[in-house]
Amino acid sequence: MLPGLLWLGVFFVVPLGTLLATSTQTAAPSGETGAFQQTFRLANYWDALQTYEAQFIRSFVYAAIATALALAISYPLAYAIAFKVGRWRNLLLVLVVAPFFCSFLLRTLAWRQILADEGFVVRTLKSLNLMGETTTLTASAVAVVAGITYNFLPFMTLPLYASLERIDPRLIEAGGDLYAGALTTFRKVTFPLSLPGVVAGTLLTFIPAAGDYVNAELLGNPNTRMIGNVVQSRFFTIVDYPTAAVLSFLLMATILVLVAFYVRRAGTEELV
Amino acid sequence: MSAQTSISSSVPTSAPTSSRSHRARRWLGANALRIYAVIAFAYIFLPIAYVTVFSFNVPGRTNLVWRGFTLTNWANPCDAPDVCAAVGNSLKIGLVSTVLATLLGTLIAFALARHRFRGRSTTNLLLFLPMATPEVVLAASLLTLFLNFRVNLGFSTIIAAHVMFCISFVVVTVKARIAGLDPRLEQAAMDLYATPFETFRRITLPLVAPGIAGAALLSFSLSFDDFIITNFVSGNVNTFPKFIYVSAGRGIPAQAYVIGAAAFFLSLIIVLLAETVRRRRPTP
Repeated sequence: MLPGLLWLGVFFVVPLGTLLATSTQTAAPSGETGAFQQTFRLANYWDALQTYEAQFIRSFVYAAIATALALAISYPLAYAIAFKVGRWRNLLLVLVVAPFFCSFLLRTLAWRQILADEGFVVRTLKSLNLMGETTTLTASAVAVVAGITYNFLPFMTLPLYASLERIDPRLIEAGGDLYAGALTTFRKVTFPLSLPGVVAGTLLTFIPAAGDYVNAELLGNPNTRMIGNVVQSRFFTIVDYPTAAVLSFLLMATILVLVAFYVRRAGTEELV
Repeated sequence: MSAQTSISSSVPTSAPTSSRSHRARRWLGANALRIYAVIAFAYIFLPIAYVTVFSFNVPGRTNLVWRGFTLTNWANPCDAPDVCAAVGNSLKIGLVSTVLATLLGTLIAFALARHRFRGRSTTNLLLFLPMATPEVVLAASLLTLFLNFRVNLGFSTIIAAHVMFCISFVVVTVKARIAGLDPRLEQAAMDLYATPFETFRRITLPLVAPGIAGAALLSFSLSFDDFIITNFVSGNVNTFPKFIYVSAGRGIPAQAYVIGAAAFFLSLIIVLLAETVRRRRPTP
């Protein structure tokens, strides 16, 4: 097992160290592009936060909305697969992850076409007067959040299914025997028992969603840029490695703090 | 008496309609979740249907409007410049990363499942963290590593990165399979005078093999479809996802949709076949 751990050490732990080291560098006095020197300038963090506060907050807001939507869409689906489909269960589980077999970028671009002005979604919404004549869905925050929701949906459905499937159906029957209505049984028995799945699913969806930049890039506009977009452009377009490093590090730290807090609140430790 | 007749006369007229709507409502209530599941799957497959349909589109500069049905894209998927070169690179990277990650990950999984050792929880944490870190952070940190040590970006850096993020998934998958084994099977082999190595080769390994195969499939699809990390550490090497991203601005050739749809149906068939085989054979 040592070679594997060594690999993780060299290509996961060490890079985090170099990321941290890069984050406090400043431009070399020679003024050459891409040359930086270590000056331990902690103010880099303050500067980056002030400049990109909006993108930072937006990343977490989009990720939170997308996670909530994914939970709302996935829960009934996972419930149906766990309890209502009998022997079709395994096949349907394969179908839940099937989108992963098709290129992530092609799927995202497909949504761009589906939500386009000429597309049937927009035409239907407009003919029903649910949407103004001049508003569009493409290149909007709605499209970005919809794309994130769609792309990370299986990460929500699978853990939900896993925890629902583990529930002993006799417990649910017992709820009915004790004169609890269907809703009360769900609220007092089924849902609490599925909480580990809810926690795992929300984490697995929220984490990649907060760091994603592909959806914002392909489905959004300059006003929907997330922190991932900034990191990417700081690296490749502007060649400002320290700022990119600061933002990556802050993103990771924020997520770890949120996750630790959330896991403690939810009281489950069986994620690892 | 008159009241009775009025009831008996009113029942036949109103009963069929009310019971029919009642029955319809009952049916809806009983099947609401199943109907919902159908709608949800339609939603899940909508973009894939779109990709598949547009892979049959008459090729043009872009693939945004429907021009007519043709099979030429499927017959010659390499017609569009650079598509097949990019797919070839992705396949190469996927294969090498899968072999390395599966090997390294399986060894860790056995060590974790079979031995109690110091640093176990640290190992678990080290395996969990890459899965809990957003891809863009992994990508940025790897890039700073390669920049600081002046490593040339290319195949080797992509493979190093892919193996890194695949290992954790391999460990989780294989470990679950080892944990599900009946320890009595190995004890029986030992009782029958098999050496530890023979036991491993003839009993343990065949039983764990489906888990390893699943982990390899997972690694390959993660590697083949990875965009964010690859984009950061690939230098000039073009991969299939990178190709799509770059061409998104100026128009994606229909041939790329062919590759996407073909990869989808091929993987689906492999997984469904594996599922049928698994069901036919009684589980050990």
